[in-house]
Amino acid sequence: MTAELINWILGGLSIGSALMVVFSKHPIRSVLYLIVTFFLVSGLYIMMNAQFLAIVNIIVYAGAIMVLFLFVLMLLNLNKATEPKTPLLVMLSSVGAAGIFVLVLIAALKDSFIQKSGQVAGNLNAGMVENLGELLFKKYIVPFEISSILFIASMVGAVLLAKREKPIID
Amino acid sequence: MNPTTTNLSASIEFYILLSCVLFTIGALGVLVRRNMIVLLMCIELMLNAVNLLLVAFSTYYGQGDAQIFVFFIIVVAAAEATVGLSILIMAYRNNKSTDVGLFKTLKD
Amino acid sequence: MTIDSIVLILIALPLIGALVNGTIGKKLPNIVVGTIATSVMLASFICAVLVFSQFQKTQLIHLFSLLKLDGFQLNARFQIDALSIWMTMIVTGIGTLIHLFSMGYMSHDKGYYKFFTYLNLFIFAMLLLVLGSNYFVLFFGWEGVGICSYLLIGFHFSDLEKGISNSIAARKAFIMNRIGDAGLLFGLFLILAQFGTLEYLDLARLTGPGHGVAQTMLIGITLCLFLAATGKSAQIPLFTWLPDAMAGPTPVSALIHAATMVTAGIYLVVRSNFLFELAPFTKDIILYIGLATSLVAAFIALRQNDIKKVLAYSTVSQLGLMFVALGMGAYTVAIFHVTTHAFFKALLFLGSGSVIHAMSDEQDIRKMGGLAKKLPITHATFLIGTLAISGFPLLSGFYSKDEILGHALAANPLLYGILMVSVAMTSIYMFRMYFLVFFGSFRGGEKAASHLHESPLIMTLPLMILAILSVFGGILNLPGLFLHSGAHWLNDFLSANTAGLNLLLAEHLAASTTLILMFVASAMTLLILIWAYINYAKKQKLALADEELHGWQLWSNKKLYIDELYALVFVKPIEFIGTLFYSNFDIKVLAKGVYSFAQLFSKLGGVTRKWQNGVLSSYLFWMLIGLISLISYYFIKLQVWNF
Repeated sequence: MTAELINWILGGLSIGSALMVVFSKHPIRSVLYLIVTFFLVSGLYIMMNAQFLAIVNIIVYAGAIMVLFLFVLMLLNLNKATEPKTPLLVMLSSVGAAGIFVLVLIAALKDSFIQKSGQVAGNLNAGMVENLGELLFKKYIVPFEISSILFIASMVGAVLLAKREKPIID
Repeated sequence: MNPTTTNLSASIEFYILLSCVLFTIGALGVLVRRNMIVLLMCIELMLNAVNLLLVAFSTYYGQGDAQIFVFFIIVVAAAEATVGLSILIMAYRNNKSTDVGLFKTLKD
Repeated sequence: MTIDSIVLILIALPLIGALVNGTIGKKLPNIVVGTIATSVMLASFICAVLVFSQFQKTQLIHLFSLLKLDGFQLNARFQIDALSIWMTMIVTGIGTLIHLFSMGYMSHDKGYYKFFTYLNLFIFAMLLLVLGSNYFVLFFGWEGVGICSYLLIGFHFSDLEKGISNSIAARKAFIMNRIGDAGLLFGLFLILAQFGTLEYLDLARLTGPGHGVAQTMLIGITLCLFLAATGKSAQIPLFTWLPDAMAGPTPVSALIHAATMVTAGIYLVVRSNFLFELAPFTKDIILYIGLATSLVAAFIALRQNDIKKVLAYSTVSQLGLMFVALGMGAYTVAIFHVTTHAFFKALLFLGSGSVIHAMSDEQDIRKMGGLAKKLPITHATFLIGTLAISGFPLLSGFYSKDEILGHALAANPLLYGILMVSVAMTSIYMFRMYFLVFFGSFRGGEKAASHLHESPLIMTLPLMILAILSVFGGILNLPGLFLHSGAHWLNDFLSANTAGLNLLLAEHLAASTTLILMFVASAMTLLILIWAYINYAKKQKLALADEELHGWQLWSNKKLYIDELYALVFVKPIEFIGTLFYSNFDIKVLAKGVYSFAQLFSKLGGVTRKWQNGVLSSYLFWMLIGLISLISYYFIKLQVWNF
């Protein structure tokens, strides 16, 4: 029962902080709330016995990507609430659409057919590092190596894009 | 045999619900916000919602493959964030603004 | 090597040459391009000689089947028999000489590689035409030579002064040939419908004794084939393209429009002799058409002033003679004349090319004169060509023409008389041209006179070889007058194993008749020679300026107004109808309809275009709406209707 309670608390908090990401005025706050969300989600991962991903999530997302966001924000000094106000109509229709969307999603998935017998043959320790390492370096070794090419490509792309060139004159 | 007692500490429906809500919040953010950097963050949020669901099902079935997928999604998200942010810097440098409305001209 | 592989190499070589020059020729120096093209031709000719020396009996070389239907197939297959190998030797042999000549003649031309590509491609198509074992391959080659002829007539399409008229001449040749090709196609369809095969040997067997094919069908088939022959071989009514085709470079005129392609029509008739033998009506038509063409063309040639035009009408006239021979059933005689004509007409054309080259592209014989001293080799070879075509005793043209005249006399004395008129006119215009070009004083002005020069060896060598062939070509088919063996060699060779021909009895004239014929022909030629010498060389009776012509001379000079007649009868009405439909139907109905249809979609697009506003969040909004609808649809489908 305790575990279920923790799950509920973590879930509720993550929804709350996710909402704060969307509705904070200052981008810095959005980033910080997003980091909080990632921590909460990582907590959920731990609750699901997926320790490896929990750690990776924190290190890569919260530690690297979010720091990158923060870095860019501060570099460009964007922490002013310069964003124009969203028109009320857009706001209303967006919230309405999102509300309907979540309702439809939940309604559709609530009773969806889930194979109940799957967990019988399953491995309790599927999310452990040892198990994932086996999978990653045997079955998924080729995609793993290819992802390094993706990184190089994105690195080159980022450098090329961000390099200061002659100012473009319109 | 009730699955919630074995692999997951909550029912699978709980995770589906949570993931749907998080995803929708991300989408809502993209809809209502106009700051490009927040938009990118909302996309990360949506990705996270998907990751959550994948991990939940992976644990539910006791198979690690889906978690490897999550791993790759994180990899791609990192790459995407890098490129997205450098595009943003480029746009900011040219226009001194990060308003997403600037991209309106892309349609021409 | 077996004959099969030699024949395939022989056919493939020109294609390879064309491919090499067509792809990388632009980057190669001219000398390499010319050498490649000429050497593949020479190799091809050597192959042809090899096949000729080895070959024993009719032989089929099957490459592959293009189409197989129930009981009917189209084959890419070649047939080696006396006729096809003989034509191959002519095509490759003359082709080699003309390639050699072109290397010199075209040396200043920018499209050098293009020219040789087309020439090689032409030879390839021509080889397909003569070597194919069925009408399908023949048709393939037939169209191939047609397109090459088109390309080469319009070769100087970008020329500043004459580019447009060159293009128009090319178009005219192409369209006129299309009419003939339609005839060929219909002929093939009829053959297919009647016999179910296009193979020559099968057809020859099917039309053997007791064939039971309706006479009307045979006449229909042969008339269609003959229409095709009139198109390719420039007979009435489709002959006007050939003189215009002289817009092409002179080697092209020599190769395509004198020696080889225009004889494709003759080849077609000879190849189909088993069909024509069964349709006497068509043979009569061929005879009359050939006779009329021969007369008309010779008449027009009398007062033409363009050196190439004279030769072009002479070609038409000679082709007419060949068709007369075909009409009388003397197929081998026609082929004999094709052979000698290829020799001396190629010689004359190349000689005129040499003259034109020396005159810096001037073609008007009124501006020439006295060239004998400046161009000794050209003069000597041209003289031989002129004598050969006029039927001067003991030269090649003498024998081949006399064979035709002899057959005509045997058939009908009146026919003989008319043919003699045509032959006499041939001598007159040829000697007129010869004396005007090479005798008297130069009339082209100081500037042109200083440019006069004999052509290089690469151009005169083919002339000399062709001159030798023109002199001795008659040996191929000597009349059986003084000889007991060796006479009629070509006749016997061709009729030995060519399908259909081997069933016909060779007709040999009585010795005394032959003697009289020869005497009459020689006397006439000599008389005309003397007359022309007095008139054109001594008295310098200049060809008059266009305005001074009157009476028959005007008609001859204006080509009997046949082009104008065609324009009035065919072109004008079609143009009128075309304009009528264009201004009424096309503009008012079609264009308007299409335009308003486009307008409709443009308006519809204007409505949906508003959705593409460039605002990212609106895109996502609509995407979300779409997702909602999709998921709802499947959800409702599953939950409510339960499937």
